[in-house]
Amino acid sequence: MDRLDRIEAVALPIAEANCDTDQILPAQYLQKPRADNFGNYLFAAFRFREDGSEIPDFILNRPAYRPARIVVASHNFGCGSSREHAVWALYDYGIRVAIAPSFGDIFQTNCLKNGLLPVVLPTDVVAALLQDLEATPGATISVDLPGQIVVLPDGSSHGFAVDAFAKDCLVNGIDELDYTLARASEIDRFERDHSPA
Amino acid sequence: MRSSAGSAQTMHDKIWNSHRIVSRDDGQDLLFIDRHFIHDITAPAFEILRERGLKPRAPHRIFGTADHYVPTHSRDMAAVNHPERRTMIEALTRDAAESGIQIFGLGDPRQGIVHVIGPEQGLSLPGMTIVCADSHTSTHGALGALAFGIGATEVGHVLATQSLWQRKPRSMRISIDGTLGAGVTAKDIILTIIATIGVAGATGHVIEYAGSAIRGLSMEGRLTVCNMSIEAGGRAGMIAPDDTTFAYLKDRPYAPKGEDWERAVAGWRELASDLDAVFDREITIDAASIAPMVTWGTTPEDATPITGVVPDPDAIADPGRREGMARALAYMGLVPGTALEEVPIDRVFIGSCTNGRIEDLRSAAAVVKGRKVAGRIEAWVVPGSQQIKAQAEAEGLDRIFKAAGFDWRFAGCSMCLAANGDTVAPGQRCASTSNRNFVGRQGPRARTHLMSPAMAAAAAVTGHLTDVRRLMEGA
Ligand code: SF4
Repeated sequence: MDRLDRIEAVALPIAEANCDTDQILPAQYLQKPRADNFGNYLFAAFRFREDGSEIPDFILNRPAYRPARIVVASHNFGCGSSREHAVWALYDYGIRVAIAPSFGDIFQTNCLKNGLLPVVLPTDVVAALLQDLEATPGATISVDLPGQIVVLPDGSSHGFAVDAFAKDCLVNGIDELDYTLARASEIDRFERDHSPA
Repeated sequence: MRSSAGSAQTMHDKIWNSHRIVSRDDGQDLLFIDRHFIHDITAPAFEILRERGLKPRAPHRIFGTADHYVPTHSRDMAAVNHPERRTMIEALTRDAAESGIQIFGLGDPRQGIVHVIGPEQGLSLPGMTIVCADSHTSTHGALGALAFGIGATEVGHVLATQSLWQRKPRSMRISIDGTLGAGVTAKDIILTIIATIGVAGATGHVIEYAGSAIRGLSMEGRLTVCNMSIEAGGRAGMIAPDDTTFAYLKDRPYAPKGEDWERAVAGWRELASDLDAVFDREITIDAASIAPMVTWGTTPEDATPITGVVPDPDAIADPGRREGMARALAYMGLVPGTALEEVPIDRVFIGSCTNGRIEDLRSAAAVVKGRKVAGRIEAWVVPGSQQIKAQAEAEGLDRIFKAAGFDWRFAGCSMCLAANGDTVAPGQRCASTSNRNFVGRQGPRARTHLMSPAMAAAAAVTGHLTDVRRLMEGA
């Protein structure tokens, strides 16, 4: 995964609450290999007709939003299925930050493990932001991960929380698996003492 | 956090604490994972391992099954004529063989949906930590385990290290006390809970289900309730193990035997939350207030008693919710004010990891017996496992379904996810015992109404959504 520290980019508003991972990446693409570009399947059911042509009304197909690298969503974004493919679809499309008042738990974890930063902002801030982004297509947001600050199109800036370890992994491209493998002896010791299961 | 050392503990605390290997500065704990289930969508995680030259650390703790992509009209690999689906099933077989992992593949008499066969084989046991790359892993918590779904990268981590970094979720107890009315099932309990607290109501929490109505449920019913914890946003769901649990598990193939069994049960009896344990949140629902439920919209919280009507978005004050409801009704092709019992259906799907167990098939068969599937409705029963299929056939349930005009299929996820090609056609309306009524879940533009097996059976024989209690009165 690529490192992430600062980014300024067009933001894509997804106003519907409870946007589940079935919507982000429909089940019919779960069988594709990871080497595929899942960005081509992002929101596929809303983005494309059955013949593969684009549905012009869908927000991602509107020219001003095409270069989006940030998604702004309503509450409970990414709820439902644990499919990491939903994160891959966003990531492969070019999305590096998702902003919402709340996320599905598994999705939020999957984001952090794939170089996609989930940012929780207050409900009223996100509601106003969604309206701004719809009123001004192509408006940009800047995100400073080391400083933990986002600057919105209206010029307001907002701090956000992120786990120190996850931040370190994102900023420095560190892999958690390497970190854990280095502690294999502690796992060995635990397994020896742990009652059989 | 609430529990300092020595103070009262919840079941969640006890299982968590007994599996913590180390803690990290940021507050995450490295948890040891006892049981890891894999299925035919786990291939990307094995790729992660292969790329790094790693092998699974503890193959004996891992068990797999082919469920998402298997055909349900045949047990023949030749019936999987879609090359990518075939690749997924073959990848599971290859990955398992390479690492010495036991799988129950297509053609194995133990094959079935991963969340059905784990408990059925005695692989999911009280006190365990259990993971799988599948959000409905919460199901296994019904046995008194901490069981939750994870993504592919986390699966890679568990494969390589048999452990997982987690921040401890908060705890929530949902108590259902009292007696359930006739025709009211575990599915109605969980749909009522989700309609009450919402699809994000338990986000960040592990739910413990408690109360006399929960304790009164069979193991099958408890599995149904815990299965849909994720539909309330919960990280996991669990129920304290008791004699019902032990009776269910005893003599299962992988359950402990003899003295080991006695010792295990004695330990499992200690798992229940301490009487004075404090939960971060408490919800109470009166069992007597629960009616047979159906969903009318596109999230599981869009559920209401079958005696009701399609709700009116104009009556909703919150603009976001109003728009969401209007969009859901447009997708579902429903008009506000219509009595739910007047909504005609095209398809019936009885199955899934929510409601594909023997008790579910029995309750559906009891409604179907002596009746016929209405009109041109296409109605399917897809048992949750091949063992359940065999059991149902031994009891003659298959004959009841077939005589009524149902299709009697082989085990798999089937129309719950429509990933294997079993789909509801565009615009068709399906009475389904599965767990998600999301847009397109059962196929592009498919319309899903979630309900219990008895309610789905009632819809099959009348041709429209039906209060199953009417058919019970007439029986
Ligand atoms: S039956 Fe449905 S919910 Fe259950 S594991 Fe299969 S696809 Fe997932």
